[in-house]
Amino acid sequence: MAPVRFYQVGSFAVGNRLVDRSERTVQSDAGRSNSLTSGHRACQGCGEALGARYALDAAMRATGGRLVAVNATGCLEVFSTPYPETSWQIAWLHSLFANAPAVATGVAAALRVKGRSDIRVVSQAGDGGAVDIGFGCLSGMFERNDDVLFICYDNEAYMNTGVQRSGATPPAARTATTEAVGPHPGNVFGQGKNLPEIAMAHRIPYVATATVADLHDLEDKVSRAMAVHGSRYLHILVPCPLGWGSASSDTVRVARLATQTGLFPVFEAERGRVVRVTPIRRLAPVEDYLRIQGRFRHLFDPEGAVAQPGVVAALQSMADATIARYGLLAGAEAEPRQGTGTGTEAAS
Amino acid sequence: MKELPFAITLEVGSSLANRTGSWRVERPVYVDRLPPCNDACPAGENIQQWLYLAEDGSYEAAWRRIMAENPLPAVMGRACFHPCETACNRAQVDEAVGINELERFLGDRALAEGWAVAAPEPASGSRVLVVGSGPGGLSAAYHLRLLGHDVVVAESSPEPGGMMRYGIPTYRLPRHIVHGEIRRIQALGVTIECGRRVDDLDAAMEDGHFDAAFLAIGAQRSKHIDIPAGDSARMVSALDLLHRAQEPDRPSIGRRVVVYGGGDTAMDAARTARRLGAADAVVVYRRTRDRMPAHEEELRDAVEEGVRLKWLSTIVGDEDGSLTIERMALDDHGFPQPTGEFETLEADALVLAVGQAADLTLVRSLPEIAVHGEVIEVGPDMMTARPGVFAGGDVVAGARTLTDAVGHGKKAARAIDAWLRGEAPASGARHALAGFDRLNTWYYADAPQAQRPRLDAARRASTFDEVVAGLDESTALFEARRCLSCGNCFQCDNCFGVCPDNAVLKVEEGHGYSFDYDFCKGCGLCVQECPCGAIEMVPEEI
Repeated sequence: MAPVRFYQVGSFAVGNRLVDRSERTVQSDAGRSNSLTSGHRACQGCGEALGARYALDAAMRATGGRLVAVNATGCLEVFSTPYPETSWQIAWLHSLFANAPAVATGVAAALRVKGRSDIRVVSQAGDGGAVDIGFGCLSGMFERNDDVLFICYDNEAYMNTGVQRSGATPPAARTATTEAVGPHPGNVFGQGKNLPEIAMAHRIPYVATATVADLHDLEDKVSRAMAVHGSRYLHILVPCPLGWGSASSDTVRVARLATQTGLFPVFEAERGRVVRVTPIRRLAPVEDYLRIQGRFRHLFDPEGAVAQPGVVAALQSMADATIARYGLLAGAEAEPRQGTGTGTEAAS
Repeated sequence: MKELPFAITLEVGSSLANRTGSWRVERPVYVDRLPPCNDACPAGENIQQWLYLAEDGSYEAAWRRIMAENPLPAVMGRACFHPCETACNRAQVDEAVGINELERFLGDRALAEGWAVAAPEPASGSRVLVVGSGPGGLSAAYHLRLLGHDVVVAESSPEPGGMMRYGIPTYRLPRHIVHGEIRRIQALGVTIECGRRVDDLDAAMEDGHFDAAFLAIGAQRSKHIDIPAGDSARMVSALDLLHRAQEPDRPSIGRRVVVYGGGDTAMDAARTARRLGAADAVVVYRRTRDRMPAHEEELRDAVEEGVRLKWLSTIVGDEDGSLTIERMALDDHGFPQPTGEFETLEADALVLAVGQAADLTLVRSLPEIAVHGEVIEVGPDMMTARPGVFAGGDVVAGARTLTDAVGHGKKAARAIDAWLRGEAPASGARHALAGFDRLNTWYYADAPQAQRPRLDAARRASTFDEVVAGLDESTALFEARRCLSCGNCFQCDNCFGVCPDNAVLKVEEGHGYSFDYDFCKGCGLCVQECPCGAIEMVPEEI
């Protein structure tokens, strides 16, 4: 009998009883580390709490549990460690908002001096700590090619302090500092700060993006990152129900739409060159993504019609440009994956 | 107490002390919903469950699950019009799951491997007479026997099977399949007495000391219509034709054959006429294609085999091999009305397929049993007005299909069993339907239906060989795995993975999940990301 290569949910779901355990995700394992355990104070449906557990559990598996995590200030630090409680079930330390990459560099150096090459270091921050406040330290860490995996959990604003704009906030999004008022409501249209591409410009060994909507992909990337030494950068899109004004149950759905509209490209780069992209499976218009988020509500009138067609069109052309730049549709043939195909996002 | 470091006043605590479950206003709960396939199955099969078993190659367990409801999977896998596939939610994603072909695969494998049915319950001491050995009678006999009753089936024809043996053409349902599945029922201890016609039920029951009876006498009488100047020598009923085509010396029917009617029997008759040598087989039907009662598949197969169709036509005269056809037009109510336009159609034979009725001689001797029109009236438990006498299949009102008959047989068997024990028949509450809107189809891999190989159309017109072939094992496994498991957990671990609060617990590896309400914040991510809609949010009692 020819082997059957079709497994009902393929590699889309967390687990799959029809495939060998080794092909299922770390998260499907009842014995996963739960690096970030229950009782943390993240909001309902927090994408960052989810993304952090996904990434760190995968890193824990990749390193056999010999892992140190250095955390910048931000939601992730605040909701996980109100004194004297901690949600972390890994070696974890926090210093300041700006210096997480530098502290991680120090930890890695200390381990090297002690001859503990088996223990690996992860540094993590939100987009504020990575894109803005910790940027100098991060760029230095890249430049020195220190042996650290830096993970940015990107929720596109300073959520912990009340949703202020960051360098990663998308155009037109409402934040507390870019209110939806005046002739050009929401955040300005500008270049933004594309940290994955900035990281690539440092020619470090490995740069990748991922989202909480594709667990297999995220875990693969963490494993790949832990298999190499030197500076590595992983940028994970983690929707924030509070700051984005999305339903707490929609966190994964919003992240999925960010990828399926082309707004958020999912790719891997080695030494500054893109080597793989995750093709769009069900192409969706950006409107589908915008409509389910309160931060873009001002683009639509109360009846649901588009109130700012120019803005929506500009966001659509941003998505189109990203699709073209990374070959997100053409890539469908480049990397065959079970169930790839295009279509429109079904109501879910 | 351990000495704490400088400037530290509290020991390290875990966030597990913080019961975030108190934030919740709605709680997720696991539910079981009724999948549309199960809902649509006239035989009441738990299709989703046997697909689940087949998905990992547990074919025998899957077959046993079918056999719990339906003793004729190999027959059904060929002759059922699969309303399950019509209802299948996957049709809205790509194509319906090929349930029918999988049922056939399992049925055939059971026959090939000689899988035996589980032993019946201990003898109850009750005896039940089943009149008719068609699918309804056999289904009832099988279930009654499993429940421990002595069952005798009286069959007036020389061989058992009813329409499976004498009605459905062999190119759709080979006879060795019918025999194989009937033999398996006989092996359970069901006695089938062929050539025994029951005309006096009271006498038959008294002679055989039967405590109850199930009448599954079918609808075997072809209806007739009068055609002016019709030459009765050239007229034949569709059932006669189908019956005679089974015999070793097949009848010759002529070069030009006209079939009058628009149901499945008309299609079978036309396709059979082609195989008996008719160069031209024309179906004449008084309405339009979309109003035709024949199933789409039957129609398609007939057209593929060169059968021609004449819509909106009635036969009004017959003279010397020439039929007079009047064109019809549908009125506002969709009824065909004569137009006064005529044409002629040459025909060596005219096959009437204008409906079937039951031969109700048997119940005429039982005055309390109500006959409404041409069917026996029964209650929701399939019992007639005569206590202990039940009826089902084509002889009662409803859709006249094999699968409906099997469903009637099962239902009647359970009702008879309850009646014999002096209990009320159990009526299980049905779960709410698992509609398409509950699914998150993102998670299912894209995969169109596996196609069953089909006999070449050119060869079909000259042979009674089976037209549709079965699946091989790899395509069967593929097809089973296309099931979306609508409304019922299939252990994909999504809820376990997507909870930001680790509040989903595995009860036991491979056996479902539970919620840890101490920490579940009620975000609803598990509900949204459950592929099959097996979780719901319900308001918390506050």
